[in-house]
Amino acid sequence: MATEIPHQTTSDAELVRFEQVTKRFGDTTVLDRLDFSVEQGKHVTLIGPSGSGKTTILRLLMTLLTPDEGRILVGGRPLDKEVRKGIGMVFQQFNLFPNMRVLRNVTEAPVHVLGLSKDEAVERAKGLLEMVGLGDKLDAYPTQLSGGQQQRVAIARALAMRPRVLLLDEVTSALDPELVAGVLDVLRDIARSTDITMLCVTHEMNFARDISDRVLMFDAGRVIESGPPERIFGAPEHERTREFLSAVR
Amino acid sequence: MRTWDWSYTGHVLPDLLRGLLVTLEATALGSVLAFALGLVWALAFRAPTRWVRWPVGAVVEFVRNTPLLVQLFFLFYVLPTTGLTFSPLTTGVIGLGLHYSTYTAEVYRAGIDGVPPGQWEAATALSLPRRRTWTAVILPQAIRRVVPALGNYVIAMFKDTPMLAAITVLDMLKQAEEAGAESFRYTEPITVVGLLFVLIAYPTSLLMRALERRLGN
Repeated sequence: MATEIPHQTTSDAELVRFEQVTKRFGDTTVLDRLDFSVEQGKHVTLIGPSGSGKTTILRLLMTLLTPDEGRILVGGRPLDKEVRKGIGMVFQQFNLFPNMRVLRNVTEAPVHVLGLSKDEAVERAKGLLEMVGLGDKLDAYPTQLSGGQQQRVAIARALAMRPRVLLLDEVTSALDPELVAGVLDVLRDIARSTDITMLCVTHEMNFARDISDRVLMFDAGRVIESGPPERIFGAPEHERTREFLSAVR
Repeated sequence: MRTWDWSYTGHVLPDLLRGLLVTLEATALGSVLAFALGLVWALAFRAPTRWVRWPVGAVVEFVRNTPLLVQLFFLFYVLPTTGLTFSPLTTGVIGLGLHYSTYTAEVYRAGIDGVPPGQWEAATALSLPRRRTWTAVILPQAIRRVVPALGNYVIAMFKDTPMLAAITVLDMLKQAEEAGAESFRYTEPITVVGLLFVLIAYPTSLLMRALERRLGN
């Protein structure tokens, strides 16, 4: 795991920090000199209309994109491939590897990235798959599972890397309504029982209210309002937040 | 025209079957070479530097757009003048493999492009090394969906092997020709050669179609 190097602009509690980050696609500025930080162990939810830059933040952290300006620090270190090993991501479309059985989906990276032995990786994977309620599906292929089951495998796969930060990108949006609850229950458990830092993009306002320590409202590439979920959902100050919340409810 | 002579047919059949073995050997080895080289080209098409992409692209286009027979003659008559001498069969296998690798390269390319971007993203999210991403995630999925297309090129190559007769390989056609030259009867050997091709190529193409349906979902 990455060793922590203290950094003067980062306080001990800050795990993720965006400094004046700008991202453009062609003429469109998706993130506009964005500053924000997430403290160690906190669960932060990003809400806002589509196209407001929420998913871009996750993709920047995953190094699937690079910022045009500004910088991103994780644990005080500039984001690079080594630092990224401490970040896990769960995708809207699950993105399990269809050519591998469930168990190998979860052991693949621990073996080939962290250098775990096969036995260690299998033991870790079995524990996690048990935790997400799929201990009996180790030998299934992803296509044999329901969407909800696939997403729970994807959560186990991300956790098998023991990330310090877990990114959740609209993880229930592609699911049939009756399957959403199972996935959210698993995430709630993880949020309660671990000290993992979570950064979520979601349209599930109840879930956001439930697990978040802080909610950030995005609009046009900037954070326009931020605070504990009770205040953002109960008494939003900004006009755009009020409009957005009444639209999604 | 005389009628069909069954006893003569029985007389030439062993030679034709020996020729068939050579034909099958050339097809098998040529396919292995075409599969391997084609994958090399397909990966080179995606190389990060154009100093790899451009030369490989140029060579592949050149080979694809010249006739196989010309390439076989080149390998057979011109290569020995540079000191490289191979047996006719080896020369034929190299010719077939090289020529067909330019087609399989396109097949692989389509297969690789068909792997959803989410698979690359998931591999990145797990920090899988690039090499491992290719060998464990991308290629298994890409190759699975192009197996029928590769199989169809094997059939096409099989039907192109008679060209090897032109560079003295004793394949089925060459055997038939020699039998005919000896007895002045070409009807039986040439007809049997045609039938043997159909007998192998048609069931194989049915198999590929079935495979295509099975892998299609």
